[in-house]
Amino acid sequence: MPSEDEIYQEHILDHYEDPFHRGHLDGATHAHEEKNPLCGDVVRIELELDADGKIVDCYFQGDGCVISQASASMLLEEMYGKTVEEAMQYSAEDMLELFGAKLTPNRQKCCLLGWKTMLQAVHSPVK
Amino acid sequence: MPLAETTIDTSALLPESLRDDFPILQQTVHGERPLVFLDSAASSQRPRQVIDAVTEVYERDYANVHRGIHVLSERASDAYELARGKVQKFLGAKYDHECIFTGGTTASINAVARSWGDANVAAGDEILLNPMEHHSNLVPWFQLAERTDATIKHIPLTDDGRLDLDRLDEVLSERTKILAVTQVSNTLGTVNPIAELAARAHDAGAVILIDAAQSAPHLAIDVQQLDVDFLALSGHKMCGPSGVGVLYGKQDLLDTMPPFMGGGSMIGNVALDGFTSAGLPAKFEAGTPPIAQAIGLGAAVDYLTEIGLDRIAAHEHALMEYAYARLSEIEGLKILGPAPEHRAGLVSFVLDQPHAHDIAQLVDRHGIAVRAGHHCTQPLHDLLGITASTRASFYLYNTPGEVDTLVDAISQIVSMFKPSGRKRRRKPDEA
Repeated sequence: MPSEDEIYQEHILDHYEDPFHRGHLDGATHAHEEKNPLCGDVVRIELELDADGKIVDCYFQGDGCVISQASASMLLEEMYGKTVEEAMQYSAEDMLELFGAKLTPNRQKCCLLGWKTMLQAVHSPVK
Repeated sequence: MPLAETTIDTSALLPESLRDDFPILQQTVHGERPLVFLDSAASSQRPRQVIDAVTEVYERDYANVHRGIHVLSERASDAYELARGKVQKFLGAKYDHECIFTGGTTASINAVARSWGDANVAAGDEILLNPMEHHSNLVPWFQLAERTDATIKHIPLTDDGRLDLDRLDEVLSERTKILAVTQVSNTLGTVNPIAELAARAHDAGAVILIDAAQSAPHLAIDVQQLDVDFLALSGHKMCGPSGVGVLYGKQDLLDTMPPFMGGGSMIGNVALDGFTSAGLPAKFEAGTPPIAQAIGLGAAVDYLTEIGLDRIAAHEHALMEYAYARLSEIEGLKILGPAPEHRAGLVSFVLDQPHAHDIAQLVDRHGIAVRAGHHCTQPLHDLLGITASTRASFYLYNTPGEVDTLVDAISQIVSMFKPSGRKRRRKPDEA
C-alpha cells in the first residue's frame, strides 16, 4: 500500500520550488502541450534539437499538482543533452523510478503527463 | 480589514448524537484518525434507518413490482408506491404520479431534454442556461441544441458568483423555450432565487427545470410554491441509496410528453406493429425500476423530514459560515462564490500553492475527505480562470470540530508550501 507521506518527499518539493528549466525556450525547434482532462493538469515542453537529433536545450511550462510539475522538471533535467532516440527509449517505468515516490494508479497519470508530452514533443516541429 | 467572526452559532446546530445513526462515520482511517467526511455534495452517507430499510426489502419483501400475482410482488409494489408518496409530500407535488423514479438527477434531466425537448424545441428556439451549471445540466441541453438547431444562451453571473438577474432580459425572451437552472451551485454554493426565475420564465412563455441535486438534501422544497415545471434530484446525495433519483414534472406537461425509453412497464398495450403508452408514472419508468433503492429513498425522506429540513439547513449554514470565516483567515486562500448569506452549506477554495489535488491528498492524511478538481463545472472554472478547486461540503452529521480539523490541516499545508528557498541538487554539468 503506497503511503501518501512518501509522495511529498524532500527531493520532490525541491523540484517543485526550484524547477529545472521552467519557462519558455526562444530557439525551440520542437514543442508539444499535453493536458490531463480529468484534473486539468497541463505541461508544455519546448525543445531545441540539433541536426544530429540531440536535445541541446529544453524548457517546460505548466499548471497543476506538485506531482505533475515536479516530475516534468525531473524529466527535463534527465533528458537535457540526450538524443531523441534516448528520449524515445525512456519508458514509463523509468519515469516512475526517477520520480522516486510510490504512486497510486491515479497519481501515476500526473507523474507521466510530462513524459507523455516529451514523447510527442520530439516529433512535433515548431512551424 | 477587520478580523473575521470566528465563533459559531451553536443554537443552530443539530445534536452531535445524530452521528450515531451513521455507521460509516464511526471509523478511524490512516491509523487512529477519526474520519472527517466533508464530501457530501459528491455523495452523502446514509443512516442506519436507510440501510435497514434496504436490507429489509431484500430480506423480506423483494420481488419485481407491478407484475407478479404473489405476496412478495404485492409487498414490494406497495412499498415502492409508498416511497413515491413520501417523495410527493417531500416535494409538495400535487399528485404522486408527478414523481417519476429515475436513475438520478442526470437521468432525470436527460429524460426531459429527450422527451419534452425533442417534442417542443425547434430551430431558432433558445435554451437558457448559465455558467455555474453542473455538466449534467449543460450537456443534455447542448445535445438537444445539436439535434434541433436550437441556440444556447447563458444568464451572466455577477462577479461574486450569483445569477445577474438585472441582465436576465438580455437573454430571456419569447424565443426562450426552457430555462434550466440549479437551485444550489455545487461549486459556488450559491442559492438561486427559483421562485423569481420561475415567474420570469413563465412570463416569457418558457418552462423551467430546476436541478435540485444540491438543494433537495438540504433545503425544504415546495414545487407548487416555487411553481417549477420540472425538478430533478438524486437519492444518494440525500442519505438515500445510489442508483435512484426523481423527476418531478407537472401533470399536464408529463401527460403531453412522449415516453423517453421504451420497454416493459411503460406500455398500455403492445401488438406486433405498435404499442400504446401507459399513463403516469409508468409511462416514464420502462424496465424494472430501482426497487430497493426507491424504497430506501423513501426511508431517507422519512429520516430527513423527521429531523426537519429547516433545522438541517440552519445547521449546515452555521457550519458553512464558521468554515467561511476561519478559512478566510488563511493567507493565500481564496474562497469561490458569494458571501455566506447567499450560500448553502459548502465552501470551495483555491490556494496560491499547492494545487487542489495535492491539498486533497494531504488533508486525507488527517482523515479528511474533500473533493478536488473541477467538480463537473469546467465552464465555471474556466470563467474563474482556474483549473481546479478544493471543496468542503457539509451535511447534518458534520460538526464544528471537523471544520477546525480541516482549517488546521490546510494551515499546515500552507506552511509546507510557503517558499522556503528549497534548492534541487544540481547535476555537475548543469547548464
